Amino acid sequence: MADIKVAAYICKGCGLGERLDTDALVKIAQKDGKVPMAKTHDFLCNADGVAMIKNDIANEGVTHVMIGACSRRAKTEAFHFPENAVARANLREGVVWIRPDTDEARETTQEMAEDYIRMGCAEVKAMTAPGGNPNTGGSKTLLVVGGGVTGMTTAIEASKTGYPVVLVEKSGALGGWAGMLYKRTPVHEPYKSPADTGVADLVSQVMGDSNIKLYLNATIAKTDGAPGRFVVDIATESGASHTEDIGAIVQATGFTLYDMNKLPELGGGKSPNVVDQAGLEALAKTAAAGDGVIRRPSDGQPVKSVVFVQCAGQRDPTGTHLSYCSGFCCNASIKQAMYFKDTNPAVDTTIIYTDLRTPGNGEDFYRSAQEKGVIFTKGKVAEVVPNGNTSTVKFKDLILGDTDAAMADVDLVVLATGQVANSGINIDAVAEKAEEGVVEVKPISILNLTYRQGKDVPQLKQGFTDSHFICFPYETRRTGIYTAGPVRRPMDIAQAREDATGAALKAIQALENAELGRAAHPRSGDLSFPKVRLEGCTQCKRCTVECPFGAIDEDEKRFPVFNESRCRRCGTCMGACPVRVISFENYSVNTVGAQIKAVDIPDEFSEKPRILILACENDAYPALDMAGMSRNEYSAFVRIIPIRCLGSVNTIWITDALNAGYDGVMMMGCKSGDEYQCHFVKGSELGRVRLSKIDDTLKTLNLEKERVRDLEVAITDIERVPDMINKYAAELVAVGPSPFKGF
Amino acid sequence: MSANTAVAEKYRNNFLKEIEEQVEMGDWVKMCMQCGVCSGSCPTNFQSAWEHPPQELFMMIRAGKREEVLTSSSMWNCTSCYNCIVRCPRKLPITHIMHGIAEYAHRLGMAPKMQATRFFSGLFWKNATKTGRVNELKLSMGLYFKDGFVQGIKNGMAMQAVALGLVKAGRLNVMELLGGHKCKDQKGIQAMLAKAYEIERTRKTAKLAG
Repeated sequence: MADIKVAAYICKGCGLGERLDTDALVKIAQKDGKVPMAKTHDFLCNADGVAMIKNDIANEGVTHVMIGACSRRAKTEAFHFPENAVARANLREGVVWIRPDTDEARETTQEMAEDYIRMGCAEVKAMTAPGGNPNTGGSKTLLVVGGGVTGMTTAIEASKTGYPVVLVEKSGALGGWAGMLYKRTPVHEPYKSPADTGVADLVSQVMGDSNIKLYLNATIAKTDGAPGRFVVDIATESGASHTEDIGAIVQATGFTLYDMNKLPELGGGKSPNVVDQAGLEALAKTAAAGDGVIRRPSDGQPVKSVVFVQCAGQRDPTGTHLSYCSGFCCNASIKQAMYFKDTNPAVDTTIIYTDLRTPGNGEDFYRSAQEKGVIFTKGKVAEVVPNGNTSTVKFKDLILGDTDAAMADVDLVVLATGQVANSGINIDAVAEKAEEGVVEVKPISILNLTYRQGKDVPQLKQGFTDSHFICFPYETRRTGIYTAGPVRRPMDIAQAREDATGAALKAIQALENAELGRAAHPRSGDLSFPKVRLEGCTQCKRCTVECPFGAIDEDEKRFPVFNESRCRRCGTCMGACPVRVISFENYSVNTVGAQIKAVDIPDEFSEKPRILILACENDAYPALDMAGMSRNEYSAFVRIIPIRCLGSVNTIWITDALNAGYDGVMMMGCKSGDEYQCHFVKGSELGRVRLSKIDDTLKTLNLEKERVRDLEVAITDIERVPDMINKYAAELVAVGPSPFKGF
Repeated sequence: MSANTAVAEKYRNNFLKEIEEQVEMGDWVKMCMQCGVCSGSCPTNFQSAWEHPPQELFMMIRAGKREEVLTSSSMWNCTSCYNCIVRCPRKLPITHIMHGIAEYAHRLGMAPKMQATRFFSGLFWKNATKTGRVNELKLSMGLYFKDGFVQGIKNGMAMQAVALGLVKAGRLNVMELLGGHKCKDQKGIQAMLAKAYEIERTRKTAKLAG
């Protein structure tokens, strides 16, 4: 750290030269920023400007570069100096574009720019150039757990791109649910009749691929390590154990049908003539092997009338059964009704639905079923009463308002029960139950991770694995482990195959990144990683508990063990650490703290308040940049510092800011909770939990609670964000200046 | 009612099949997906005038509510504006189906006797086929007196001003009441219509029986 040399470069392009006194900014960098070398350039991002910086690095011994130009999100390729620490002062999107070009505004605009130069100089001095994670592994093998359509597709797709695959299937045969189907919903023109499942073809592709190593009758006994260097123990039924070196994992463990025995009111388990969709597939397969006639299970008589009950145990508002729609079952019932109609149009087939949902090209399929004479009745089935070899289906007709509608003498009733994810152990529930003193947890772990936070990937709702639904659907909260297919959300074969392909490619990206010591999304390519000063650690376990990605284990002495390859670089550990011993080379309590302290705080009589904004770099900071691009003006009294995630905010920053005389602090992070938009899943939530305790700090400082504001900002809030800033600035005028100014 | 009883027996428990086979365009009923665009598009404000909007009639057919459908006055309210046909996402010829069901109900003798559209249709047919020309005066008076003599006088009085205006403008000849104008070959057109009726009836009766 001794021989660092900082240089500051201030751009005069994009109107910065006309709007700002750049010579004054150079002086600020030299005087306040204490930078030995400060230069201006007319057009810093052009070849000449970049060459100037490169020359200074090569010949003048510059190690740290501070660029006062556009936002750090712009011109990243031009200002790419991987060997050096680089800080950016956002003079364009953050200053001139959001301020009016008037004489009255000139003074405050210039002050804003000067503060950003001070902040940039202070930040860059607290940084070092990230060197990359040294603790990497280079395994290129993909582990696929589950040999259904999703798993087989993942294996085939990964193998096609040249990566070896280990495919583990619990049962004795490949195929999964799709293998039990007679036919599938069509996915090609003209979408009129059930189609071949295609499972046999997938199985033969897997079997014939020397790049795919197949374990049948096998489960995962243990998963250890990190992306690029997972060590996986595979236990086979015979008792033998195999160890494989794995780069990344795709979990395609699929679903189980909701148990129809939980639906006795719909006849589930009460009569052999009431079956679920899987039961009907089995009957259809048996029929196809014989004379093609589907027979009543109770006495083997041909089925003359069949009723399909949609949403059986699904979309249940009472909380007893599944609350969600599984999305595939309407098309499946239409398909199954056609099994009857295609062999004998005289069979009465009725589908009782509340809302017919036919995703994909299901509308054509639905229409085809109507043409074939399948009757669709909009109604809610109340009861199925088996009686001998037939049943009576009692329902409420939702079109005619008939509450006592009934269909008697029905030979077969098919219940469209939904998909329940095979996601292993709900590790959050385990933690909660452990707190309550309950130990027993029924489901069996799938991955058997040795991670401190639990054996399986975390779930969001209803047992489906957690993923950033909008932006990164396959990512789980365990780096290098991806979920695909119905374990992630309910879906049909077509969607599962798409999912499988996507997950295979993401997994390949992950193992390649892991080998190079780089982060996966959303900071993909980032070489920084958390460093811990263990001498200062108090073994409080906050980091190991809070890490949203299970990256931190504990050693025997309860010290944190960082698995850099599992880390997504969100900094939640850094924000959590009460003794502040966790930091990144280019992002730390110091880099942000130094910026906060570098801002010039005018005295209370100047009528120039100062508001600190800590803005999440994923959504809030881009929204602020775009506000600049749209020239949406906001207050000149704010000083914005981008942060990796609300979760990385250490409360010391807020205390420091308030002590330094800032009038207010705005925290801008993504939405948290079940509908979260946080790119680090739990980061903003954890950050907010910490912030909720800031009131105590404010009380001890004798400050109003209006001085700290926690805000949810989405990337689309281009107009809302300036508005929020201006309103808050006006509010703070009413609260009055901070009493800490001038100390 | 014997025709009705016979056909009802034939299609026991399968009214949809009966409609598909006996009613013109009836085979389209199964294609309805209950979106209700027909009802929303209907200019007759069926909310008050219609007992059952079209998609509900279709659902009743599927539910086997034979008596309720055939005795309903709903399909008689259709004015043939074709809005529903144009808008139906499933391309159902709803107007034609409405007329088809109405005609079938009439043929089976189940249509509501004094339903205004039905009454007027009969009146118009008799009026036009008698002379081969429509006698407008007799036609409107026939409709006025549909619900009895007193109501007929009331209806006539209410339309008095319009009638006088028409007479003044030479658009209404009071003498038409005494017989009115005829087409050239009155006998010929009657014979032609009788033959057409006979052909149609034979075809439909055969279908009903067959």
